[in-house]
Amino acid sequence: MAKKEYEVADTVDITDQVCPMTFVVAKAALAELEIGQVLRVYLADGEPMLNVPRSFRDDGQQVLALTPAGDGTYDLDVKKLEEE
Amino acid sequence: MAFSPEELERYSRHIILKEVGVKGQKKLCAAKVLIVGAGGLGAPAALYLAAAGVGTIGIVDADEVDLSNLQRQIIHGTSDLGRPKVESAADTMRDINPHVTVKTYQEFLDSANIMDIIADYDFVIDGVDNFPTKFLINDACVMAGKPFVHAGIIRFKGQLMTYVPGQGPCYRCVFHDMPPKDAVPTCKQAGIIGAIAGIIGCLEALEAIKYICGIGELLCGRLLTFDALKGDFHTIKLPPRDPNCAVCGDHPTITELIDYEQPECADAQHGSAL
Repeated sequence: MAKKEYEVADTVDITDQVCPMTFVVAKAALAELEIGQVLRVYLADGEPMLNVPRSFRDDGQQVLALTPAGDGTYDLDVKKLEEE
Repeated sequence: MAFSPEELERYSRHIILKEVGVKGQKKLCAAKVLIVGAGGLGAPAALYLAAAGVGTIGIVDADEVDLSNLQRQIIHGTSDLGRPKVESAADTMRDINPHVTVKTYQEFLDSANIMDIIADYDFVIDGVDNFPTKFLINDACVMAGKPFVHAGIIRFKGQLMTYVPGQGPCYRCVFHDMPPKDAVPTCKQAGIIGAIAGIIGCLEALEAIKYICGIGELLCGRLLTFDALKGDFHTIKLPPRDPNCAVCGDHPTITELIDYEQPECADAQHGSAL
């Protein structure tokens, strides 16, 4: 995997959450970061993989990457662009 | 401070909203709102503000729960008959949301106590049923530089407007002075459909929430009216702040709070709620 050009400031695991708490927990984790910092979200395939990145984009945040982790889960990297 | 998993779930539908989010919910949890009157307007406002997680809610009412209140004052139940309204309301709010600190004031608001009571709060909700207290709330809030939402309801109609210092007219700019005695019937005489209190009281709660979160457009300089029989909402643009207003004008003539007399027809007590 290519080396990412950013540092991940924090991570949050939402693989055990169900909608809509998936996004709520991820959003709360991003709220703790500063503008410009990156949060890595561990999320499950299916609905979370479809909905959580879209919800972050709707909030005005930047989705940097959505990478399969190889075990059926995904790593979602989100850069905080604005306070929500 | 970060929210606990319980708080995240409780407030999840707020947090999902872009306009509220974690930031807005934290503002709500830190906010202090005073509700004057635990009656028709105050009941739904108190329920929704407690559910929304407003950190401190003060509630003022000197009355006890009466059977005729229950048709619209939905924060009280039949088992609360005879209890002080503030205690009944506080119990319901705490049951909905134990995170909320409820402060009760079982007293009539008057010129002697209102400044001390409103001083601790960020926003005031007028949920009273009489003009003397409406003017008292307005004048005290103008003098204290405190934002508040006014509302009035009767029969099938309701109205509300919000005052924020420096952002538009006050209640007295618009309505000037007490109506003549017997010019306006009380709800006891005129009647009121219960759900109108719910609609207008909820709109008051929304004004408080918008103010706290700093979102949307408040009803500053606008008067919203609702006619339930016609199913019509109207928003009327109000004239700007009146420089000759007796309380918020450039040279105010009202510099001390006034305890107006109750209209003779009304046996509703001072500070009691619709």
